[in-house]
Amino acid sequence: MAAKKSIKKVVEEDSNNSRRDFIKKSGLFTALAFTPPSLVMASDKKWDEKIAEYLETVPLSLEVNGVKHNLNIEPRTTLLDLLREQLLLTGTKKGCDHGQCGACTVHVNGTRILSCLSLASMQQNAQVTTIEGLSKGKKLHPMQEAFIKNDGFQCGYCTPGQIMSGIACIKEGHANSRDEIREYMSGNICRCGAYHNIVDAITEVKEGGMPL
Amino acid sequence: MKNFQIIRALSSKSAVSSIAKENSAMFIAGGTNLVDLMKKNVVSPDKLIDINGVDLKKIEFLTGKVSIGALAKNSQVAEDQLIKESYPLLALALAAGASQQIRHMATVGGNMLQRTRCSYFYNPDMPCNKRVPKSGCGAIGGANRMHAIFGASDSCIAVHPSDMCIALAALDATVFTEGPKGKREIRFTDFHRLPGNTPEKDNTLLDKEIITSIEIPNNNFTKNIHYLKVRDRSSYAFALISVAAGLDIKDNTIQDARLAMGGVAHKPWRLTEAEEFLKGKTVSEKTFRQAADLAMKGARSYGDNDFKLTLGPNAITEALTIAASK
Ligand SMILES: Cc1cc2nc3c(=O)[nH]c(=O)nc-3n(C[C@H](O)[C@H](O)[C@H](O)COP(=O)(O)OP(=O)(O)OC[C@H]3O[C@@H](n4cnc5c(N)ncnc54)[C@H](O)[C@@H]3O)c2cc1C
Ligand code: SF4
Ligand code: FES
Ligand code: FES
Repeated sequence: MAAKKSIKKVVEEDSNNSRRDFIKKSGLFTALAFTPPSLVMASDKKWDEKIAEYLETVPLSLEVNGVKHNLNIEPRTTLLDLLREQLLLTGTKKGCDHGQCGACTVHVNGTRILSCLSLASMQQNAQVTTIEGLSKGKKLHPMQEAFIKNDGFQCGYCTPGQIMSGIACIKEGHANSRDEIREYMSGNICRCGAYHNIVDAITEVKEGGMPL
Repeated sequence: MKNFQIIRALSSKSAVSSIAKENSAMFIAGGTNLVDLMKKNVVSPDKLIDINGVDLKKIEFLTGKVSIGALAKNSQVAEDQLIKESYPLLALALAAGASQQIRHMATVGGNMLQRTRCSYFYNPDMPCNKRVPKSGCGAIGGANRMHAIFGASDSCIAVHPSDMCIALAALDATVFTEGPKGKREIRFTDFHRLPGNTPEKDNTLLDKEIITSIEIPNNNFTKNIHYLKVRDRSSYAFALISVAAGLDIKDNTIQDARLAMGGVAHKPWRLTEAEEFLKGKTVSEKTFRQAADLAMKGARSYGDNDFKLTLGPNAITEALTIAASK
C-alpha cells in the first residue's frame, strides 16, 4: 500500500503531469510493479484516464454510525483504512494490521469483527458501528462510562477495540463469569496490562443490566 | 498489498465457472487468512472471487449425520446448540481457535484451507519450499519450535495449524467439493496431505475446486470427550500440541475410541493404532499412558521442537484422562 501512496503523492506534488504521463515516464518496471493490471492495460490501450480510474476502483455503499456513504474505493482497501483514512474516523486503532491484537475491532451488522482483515469492498450495504458511534450526543455509552470509572486503560490505544469487544461480549452472552469474560476478550491485547480493570468494567456493565 | 479486481459469486456453480476462466484468481471467504497473506505478499492474486453470497451457510441435521456448509462461520458452528450436544468435540475445538472476532469472520472451508504459520513461509525474504518450490527450507536447521514430529520430509517440516480440523479428522468427517469436472467427496483424513517433495500442496483439493460442505456421521462421542490445546498462553495462540480425544465407555470398559493430534504434522494426525489398542480395555491411566507411547512411535524432532517428544505423550494421556472423567 505504501508504494501506491507514494505514487499518488508524487502525482499530486507535480500537478502539471497527468497520472498517465507519470506512469509512462516512470519506466515499465515501476509501472508494472506498482499499478493494478487494469490500469497498465488501460494505459497500454490509450484508454481515457477516467476508465482507468474506474477500473481500479469499485463502488461501495455502506452505513457507518448511522451515516450513509456512497464511495469509490480500491478493492484492496481494508475496512480499517477506509474508516481511518477516507472517512477520518480515527477512533478505531491500527495495532498490528494482521489480526493479532484486536485494536481494530468494530461491529459490522451487529457482530464484532477485525476491520484490518476485512476488505471494505466486501462490505456492500453493511452497517458499521465504531467507537465514535456509541455515545448519544454528549452522553457516553455505559461501557465507556464503566471503563473510565474502573480505570480500564492506561495509554488508551487498545481501548476503542476493548470497548467494542466488551459490548459484544455481553450481547453474545459470554460475560457470565470473570473467566468467561477473559476467554472471550482474549482477542484484545493490552500492552499496558489493564486486563483486571477491563474485566471489572465489563462485569459492572453486565451486572447493571443497562441496555446496550 | 498489490491491487486486484474483485467479483461476487452467488452460486457455487458461478464461483467455479468464474475461477475456471482465470489464471491468477482465488476465492475469498472470511478473509482472515487470505488478506493477511496478501498483505505480506505471500500470495498476490489478480482477482478475488467473493463467495460470501453463495448459499452455503446452513447447518443441517439429517438422518444419521450433520451437514455443515463451507461458509458457516466458526462461531456459528461452535455455538450451535445441537452441535454442542451431538458433536461436542467439534464445538470445543472450534472455541479453542483464534479469538471470537476471528471466529465470527472465519468460515469452515477457509479454516480447512488456512496455510501453515511457519514463520519462514510468512516471510518472502526467506527460503521456503512451500512458498517457492525448490528454494529450500528455512525451518530445517532454523527456528522450528512449532514444527512437525510426524510425517515431515526433507523438503518441509511445517504443521497444519487448524484446531477444527483435528476434531473433524477424529470424527470421520467427509468433505464435499465442486469443480469444473464435477462434484467429489473426500474422506477428511485424506483431504490434507503430507509434504513429500511437493510441500507447495497442502491438500488434495484440485485446482479451481470449491469446498461446498462437510458431513459428520452420528456417533457416541458425546460425553467422554476432550479437546486439549497446549500453547504459549492460555488463549488466542496456535497449538504447540493439541489432542482431540473421544471415548465410548460402558461399565468402565472402552467400547470405541477416537484420537487425533494437532501441531505435530502437515495434516491432522489420526492415532489409529492407539485407538485400536484402547478398544476393550478398562479405563485406567496406565492404559492411557500405554496408548500414548504407542501413538508416539516414529516421532522425530528437529531441535527447537525436541520438547514435543515429551509433551506429546503427556498431552495424549491427559486428554484421555480428562475425557474419561467427564
Ligand atoms: C491472529 C490469528 C490467530 C488465529 N488462531 C487460530 C487458532 O488458534 N486455531 C485455528 O484453527 N485457527 C486460527 N487462526 C486461523 C483462522 O482460523 C483462519 O484464518 C480461518 O479459519 C480462515 O477462514 P476464512 O474463511 O477467513 O478463510 P479465507 O482467508 O477467506 O480463505 C483461506 C483460504 O481458503 C480459500 N477458501 C476459502 N473458502 C473456500 C471454499 N469454500 N472453497 C475453496 N477455497 C476456499 C481461500 O481462497 C484462501 O486460500 C488464526 C488466525 C489469526 C489471524
Ligand atoms: S517448514 Fe515448510 S513452510 Fe516452513 S520453511 Fe520449510 S518448507 Fe517452508
Ligand atoms: S489491527 Fe486489527 S487485529 Fe491488530
Ligand atoms: S491501555 Fe495501553 S494498550 Fe491497553
